Amino acid sequence: MNPARKRTVRLVVALSAAVVLAGALVYTSFSAASPALSPSQLLRQAQPGRSYELTGTVVAKSVHRAGPVLNFSVEDRAGGAAVPLAYTGTVPDPFREGREVIVTVEKQGTRFIGEPNSLITKCPSKYTTAPPSEQQNY
Amino acid sequence: MAGLGRACLLLALAVCVYGIGASLYGVRRGRVEFSESGRRSVYALAGILTVAFAVLEVAFLSNDFAFNSVADTSSRTTPEFYRAAAVWSSQEGSLLLWAWLMSLWSSLALFLTRRRLRDVAAYATAILLGFGGFFISLMVFYANPFKTTSPAPAEGAGLDPLLRFPTMMIHPPMLYSGYTLCIIPFAFGIGALLARRVDADWTKAIRRFAFAAWLFLGVGIILGARWSYSELGWGGYWGWDAVENASLMPWLTGTAFLHSLMIQEKRGMLKVWNVSLVLATGTLAIMGTFLVRSGVLNSIHAFGGQTLGVPFVVLIAAMIAGSIYLVITRRDMLRSEHRLDSLLSREAIFLANNLVLVGLCFVIFWGTYFPLISEALTGQEASVGPPWFDRYTVPLALILVLLSGIGPVIAWRRATLANARRNFLVPCAAALATLIALLAGGVSEKPLAMAMFCCAGFVFGSIGQEFVRGTRARRAIAGEAAPVALLALVRRNRRRYGGYIVHIGIAVLFVGVAASSSFQHAAELGLSPGQSTRVGAYTVRYVRPTATITPKYDAAHTGSTLSLGALLDVSKEGRHVTTLSPSEGFYASQEASQGSVGSLIGGQPVSHVALDGGITRDVWAAIQPDIEASSLQRIVKAGNRTLPPEEAIVAISYLARAYLQHPPQAQFHFIVSPLVMWIWIGGLIVFGGGVIAIWPAPSSVRRRVASRARAARTLRGRGLARV
Repeated sequence: MNPARKRTVRLVVALSAAVVLAGALVYTSFSAASPALSPSQLLRQAQPGRSYELTGTVVAKSVHRAGPVLNFSVEDRAGGAAVPLAYTGTVPDPFREGREVIVTVEKQGTRFIGEPNSLITKCPSKYTTAPPSEQQNY
Repeated sequence: MAGLGRACLLLALAVCVYGIGASLYGVRRGRVEFSESGRRSVYALAGILTVAFAVLEVAFLSNDFAFNSVADTSSRTTPEFYRAAAVWSSQEGSLLLWAWLMSLWSSLALFLTRRRLRDVAAYATAILLGFGGFFISLMVFYANPFKTTSPAPAEGAGLDPLLRFPTMMIHPPMLYSGYTLCIIPFAFGIGALLARRVDADWTKAIRRFAFAAWLFLGVGIILGARWSYSELGWGGYWGWDAVENASLMPWLTGTAFLHSLMIQEKRGMLKVWNVSLVLATGTLAIMGTFLVRSGVLNSIHAFGGQTLGVPFVVLIAAMIAGSIYLVITRRDMLRSEHRLDSLLSREAIFLANNLVLVGLCFVIFWGTYFPLISEALTGQEASVGPPWFDRYTVPLALILVLLSGIGPVIAWRRATLANARRNFLVPCAAALATLIALLAGGVSEKPLAMAMFCCAGFVFGSIGQEFVRGTRARRAIAGEAAPVALLALVRRNRRRYGGYIVHIGIAVLFVGVAASSSFQHAAELGLSPGQSTRVGAYTVRYVRPTATITPKYDAAHTGSTLSLGALLDVSKEGRHVTTLSPSEGFYASQEASQGSVGSLIGGQPVSHVALDGGITRDVWAAIQPDIEASSLQRIVKAGNRTLPPEEAIVAISYLARAYLQHPPQAQFHFIVSPLVMWIWIGGLIVFGGGVIAIWPAPSSVRRRVASRARAARTLRGRGLARV
C-alpha cells in the first residue's frame, strides 16, 4: 500500500473510532442521566423506579433520624410543595434545616427514597451567607 | 487602609490599559521602547497588586471588620493561622489573589524572555495585561475586596469551619498558581500566531511555564483531595464535582501538551496540535475559574450569590473564537516537517497518550457540562453521576498508565522486533510477576483493579530498567559508584529522568486509587458507649464520649466553641490496633434568634475526622453526635432563658458535662481503605519528579554563566564595560 493511501486508511479508521466512541458517550449520558427537578416538578412528574436529582431547601423542623434512616422534607426555593424522603448514608456536615440540598431520589410506591450517599449540601455561599435577594440566582 | 487598597486597584487598571496600548503600539510600529514600556507595566502591575494584597492581609490579621470581606469571612475566634488564609476565602479576596499571582508569574515569564521573542513577547504582554485588566475590572465594578462599612461591626462571621484545615492554607494559592500559569503559554501562543513566529523559539520559552502550570495544578488537586478525605466527613477524595473536574481538565490537556511538545522538538511534528493544546489549556483554566464564580452548575465548591457569569462568558467566547481564527489562518505555517513513520514508534505512543488524555478531558467536559447540554437539547436539565464518569475514565486511566510505561522505552521512528524484545522483556515480566503475586494472594475478584496493579507493575519495570541501564552506562564511562552514577544520571538529564519519576508517581497514585476504591470496607451506624461493630477485618468499640469547650482550647485547634466526640478502640483479631478520637466541632453563629447559648454553638458543625493512616491501610472514623437530643437541648433552652451572652459559656460547660455523663447514641461513619496513603505518596513522587524536571540543568547553567563571562570579557576587551 502506498504511504498516502495508508495514511488515508489510518485517518478514516481513527475518525470512525472517534465517532463511535463519541456516539456511545452521548447515548449513555442521556440514558444514564437523572433529570434535575424541583420538589413541585418531582411531585407532578415522578415515575416509580426512575431516578431523579432533587434540588430544593430542607424544610424547617422536618429532620428526624430513625436509626440509620434520616427523614426530611425538601421544598421549592420559594416555598410551597414539599417532598418527604427517607435517606440513608453519609450526611454532609453543612446539612441542616433551611439549607439547599441536592439528592438523588427514586419513587417507591408513594414514598421517595434517597439514593445512599447521594446527598450533597450546597452552602448558600462557598464561605458566607448570601443576601436573600441573591439566593435565587443559583 | 481601604482607600489605599481601592487606589491600588484603580492604578492597576490604569497600568493595564496603558501597558496594552504601549505593547501593541510598540510591536505594530516597530517601536521597541514602547514594547519595553509595556513589559515594565507588568512589573509595575505586580508591585501595585502586591501592595493591595498586603493591605487586605493586614486587615484580616488585625481584625479590621470595617472591611466587608473581613467581616464576612473572619472573626476574632478564627485562629490566626486561618485568618491569614481567609483572605482568599471570599469571592473578592480570591479575585485579588488570582490577579496578583498572575501578575507575579507574568513578570517572571516576561523577565526571562526579555532578550528574545520581542514581537511575540510584546503581544503576550498585551494579552497578559488584558487578563489582568479583566480581573481588576471585576474587582472594581463587581466584587471590591476593599469595600467598607461604617460603623464597623464588633465581630465577624468567621471563616467557614470547613476551611479550617492546614492544606486549605495552600490549596487555593497552588490551584490559582496553576490556573494563572496556564495563561502564560496561552498568551505566548496567541502572540506567536499573531506575530507569525511559530518556530521552536516560543515553545522553548514557555515550556518551563507549561510544566510549572501542570505541577502547581497537580499539587493543588492533590491537596484538595487530601482536604476532602480528611475534613469533609464523607471519607472520599474525589467526587466528580463540577469544580473538581474544572481543575482536572486543564491539567489533562497540559499533560498532553508536555508530551506532544517533545515530538515537535524532536521531529517537527504536531505543531497545530500543540498550539491548539496550549490554547485549549488556557481556555479551560479560565472556564474553571468561571465555573466557581458563575453558579452555572451545581457544586459544593462554587461561590454563592454570583454576579460574574456574563463577563466570564464574554471572555471565554472571545478566547475560543480568537484561538480558532488564529489557528485556521496560520495553518500553513504550522505544517509538520515529518510524518509518522510507524505505529510502533515513540511518536505514535505519544500521540496515543495525547488522544487518551484529550479523550479523558472530553469525557469529563461532557459529563461536567451535561446539565447545560441536556437543557439546551431537550429542555430538561439532567446530570450524570460518578458511575457514568467511572465507566469511561477507568478504562482510559488503565490505558494511560500502560502507555506511561511503553513511551519511555520504545524507539523513536520505528521499533523493531529485536528492539521490542530488548526493551519490553523486563516490564512484561514485572507485570506478569504482579499478576501471579495477586492471584497467589487471593486478590482476584476485582478485575479492573488487578489490571491497574499489573499496568503499574509494567511501569515500574519499564522505568526501573531505564534507571538501571542509565546508571550502568554511566558507571562504565565514568567509573563511579552506583549511587553517585545514579545521581549524576538524573542531574545531567533532569527533564528526562524527572519525567520518569513523574511516571512512577502516577502509577503509584493509581495503585492507591484502584486499591482504595475497590477493596474498601465501610459502615455507618449509631452506637452508644460500650457497643462495637465490625468494619472489614477490624472491630471498632465505642469506649467513651469526649468533650472540649471554648474556641481557644478545642481539640482540633480550629476555633470551635464546643467539640463533642468519642474515644474508639480499634482491634483486629482481638489485638489492639489503635485508638481513634473523632469529634464534631460546633461553632458560634451570628444569629441572635438562636439565643445567648444557642448562638455559641449554632453555626456550621464540622467533622474532625480521626484517621490512623498506614502504608497498607487507613482506618478512618467520623462522628455525628446527637446535639439535638432532648437532654442536651434542655440545657440550651434553659441557658437561653436565664443567661446573658457573657455568661452563656457556663451552659456550654453544663452541656459538655451532660454529654459526658449521659451520651445519647451517636452516628458513626467508619471506613477501612487499603493503600490510600499511596495516593499521597504518589502525589509527592510526582511533585519531586516535576521539580527535578523543571529545575535548570547544570550544563545549561554553566553554559549561561560561561557565555556571560565571555561576553563580559569581550566588552572589557573593547573598553565598553562599566567600571
